[in-house]
Amino acid sequence: MTDTNDMRPHMPLGLAQRGYTGVIQHLSAGETGSALSDIELESRLIELGFVEGARVEVLHEGLVGRDPIAVRVDSITIAVRRREAMAVIVA
Amino acid sequence: MELPLLHLALVGTPNSGKTSLFNALTGSRQKVANYPGVTVERKEGFFVTPLGRQVSVVDLPGTYSLRGRSPDEEITRDFVLGKASGETVPDLVLCVADSTNLRLTIRLLLELKRTGRPMVLVLNMFDIAARRGITVDVERLAKELGLPVVTSIAVRKGGTSDLLRLTDEISAKLAAEAEANSWRALSVSELRATQREADRIIADCVSLPARPDTWTARIDRVVLHPVGGLIVLALILFMMFQAVFAWARPLMELLQSGFDALGELVHTTLPDGLLQSFLQNGVISGVGSVIVFLPQIIIIFLFILLLEDFGYMARAAFLMDRIMGGAGLHGRAFIPLLSSFACAIPGIMATRVIDNKRDRLTTILIAPLMTCSARIPVYTLIISAFIPANDVWGFINLQGLVMFGLYAAGIVSALAVSFVIKFFMLRDYAPAPFMLELPDYKMPRPKSIAIGIYTRAKMFLVRAGTTIFSMMVLIWFLASFPQPPAGATEPAIDFSLAAMIGKALAPLLAPVGFNWQIAVALIPGMAAREVAVAALGTVYAIEGGKEAAEQIGQVLATKWSLATALSMLAWYIFAPQCASTLAVIRRETGSWAWMAVTFTYMLVLAYAASLLTYNVAVALGAG
Repeated sequence: MTDTNDMRPHMPLGLAQRGYTGVIQHLSAGETGSALSDIELESRLIELGFVEGARVEVLHEGLVGRDPIAVRVDSITIAVRRREAMAVIVA
Repeated sequence: MELPLLHLALVGTPNSGKTSLFNALTGSRQKVANYPGVTVERKEGFFVTPLGRQVSVVDLPGTYSLRGRSPDEEITRDFVLGKASGETVPDLVLCVADSTNLRLTIRLLLELKRTGRPMVLVLNMFDIAARRGITVDVERLAKELGLPVVTSIAVRKGGTSDLLRLTDEISAKLAAEAEANSWRALSVSELRATQREADRIIADCVSLPARPDTWTARIDRVVLHPVGGLIVLALILFMMFQAVFAWARPLMELLQSGFDALGELVHTTLPDGLLQSFLQNGVISGVGSVIVFLPQIIIIFLFILLLEDFGYMARAAFLMDRIMGGAGLHGRAFIPLLSSFACAIPGIMATRVIDNKRDRLTTILIAPLMTCSARIPVYTLIISAFIPANDVWGFINLQGLVMFGLYAAGIVSALAVSFVIKFFMLRDYAPAPFMLELPDYKMPRPKSIAIGIYTRAKMFLVRAGTTIFSMMVLIWFLASFPQPPAGATEPAIDFSLAAMIGKALAPLLAPVGFNWQIAVALIPGMAAREVAVAALGTVYAIEGGKEAAEQIGQVLATKWSLATALSMLAWYIFAPQCASTLAVIRRETGSWAWMAVTFTYMLVLAYAASLLTYNVAVALGAG
């Protein structure tokens, strides 16, 4: 699945617009500015299903600053702030 | 010989339908308490298997892992590991999964397996999965996971029969199966590996339909729309308050007239004297004045439980996250603050969903500023006595407008306090992440809702029957003793302890326009805000006879100035007039200091607001 996406540029999910679809390439928790430690943020993301190879789609955006976002991760929907979504690299 | 009680524990991710399974298994045979030392709600229920084995089942807080990042999750971990103090190690762990959404649960299950506890995977909501075209190869899944797997439909009669049968089978051979615990906190790479393993198992055993649930997507298109969603939220809140005030009224009037009739019965059957006064003025009118709020509490919890079961509460948090973030609040604080409109106690208890300590603390500190239902009787009493029912601009009722203003004042001051906390007290604060699963919508289950309302109503009545009852007896005692000397012409209460206390406090409260009767009423009002109404009734009843108690509104209108009435309203927006709330704050924060902070800041605000209101009103000629 990931092969077809190798051509697309990698970007953080935190910058994706509504309607964006892609596949998670890797997690990179450093320097997101989240209140959580890198390990804690990465653990929580994994626990909510943000793992390499998962398909994501940005379904909804909040009113203020288009934040937070509702993301379809494979078969579930997760609400997350853009700041934390910066740790999820998609393509 | 009777077999010992079999201990089960329910574990699962949030939204797995754990609680509806718990309700289906145990019905109303539930005991709600707290775990020792922490204020995580401990829900235990009981049932009997088809073979007659007595079973106790504990509904553990929902969690995504055993890492224990919040008090709730720590309880779940310690309970399963048998480390929770004073708890029996569960004989069997039931890992509950939403069959439509297995990914996160299977990962949790793989982690749980390492604890070595005997375990069963319960595929709950199996009917919904089938309807959506999701098929699960149950046998293969059981083989892959190496543990029994059973399907269940918690909401249907007989939907748990397989689970009950399996419980019997397993309990028969339990002793042999205990394994060593090899669990320890997982590293990030182990976590990733277990999620991969879970995804592999799911790929092998579960076939998902090409199209996911379309209803959820359709509803979300409206409900999560940046603008439309907020309008829907506002409409839902409007309906909720409409219901709390309008629907509850006939029931409340019915209860009120019931208590009045009961009081009248006591009055006519018993001879005049202490016992008659105690029963009528102390017990019946006192406890009655509190129980009258039962319909409102039931209605507000009906809404909260319905919205929660439907899956809307997480959406509300999503919509409100950034808006509340401006005032330094977390999106998840929305639910606790909304509950605080019913009562700050469940609201403060609901802050447990916020896992960042500081976000949680801020929410706890401002929750009591939300206008709880206990303030309603005080507000309605004073408003109906002092504010004319005129229309403003032809269509807005002035009384309703004042009521709205009081609610708005509570909300605005809560946001302001939160803002102040954010900037001055918790300066090194970084906003905690908002990460929340938005579950698929599900039809709320009437039985589950009914059980939820029943447990909350019971808690309220127990409180009314104990704390409030004893406070009412105390205020009656203070207002009745010592008795006036024979031949005294002044009202009996003038000779009582209550009058002495009230008169001692009166100089302190004189600047805000309160007389000694108000000072007396504020004392029992510490037990619960609404008690102040009953206490005013008691004070003026003992002072002015039965007629005064029945028409307390009119009595106040003759005895108070408008400025005093407005000052009282301002006082009640802020005053920390509720011992139970303070007790819950102490328990939830684990600190007397935060309780003292809450009490002090609210008292200061109350005094300042009343002082300002009273003096402005007097200056405008309302004194």
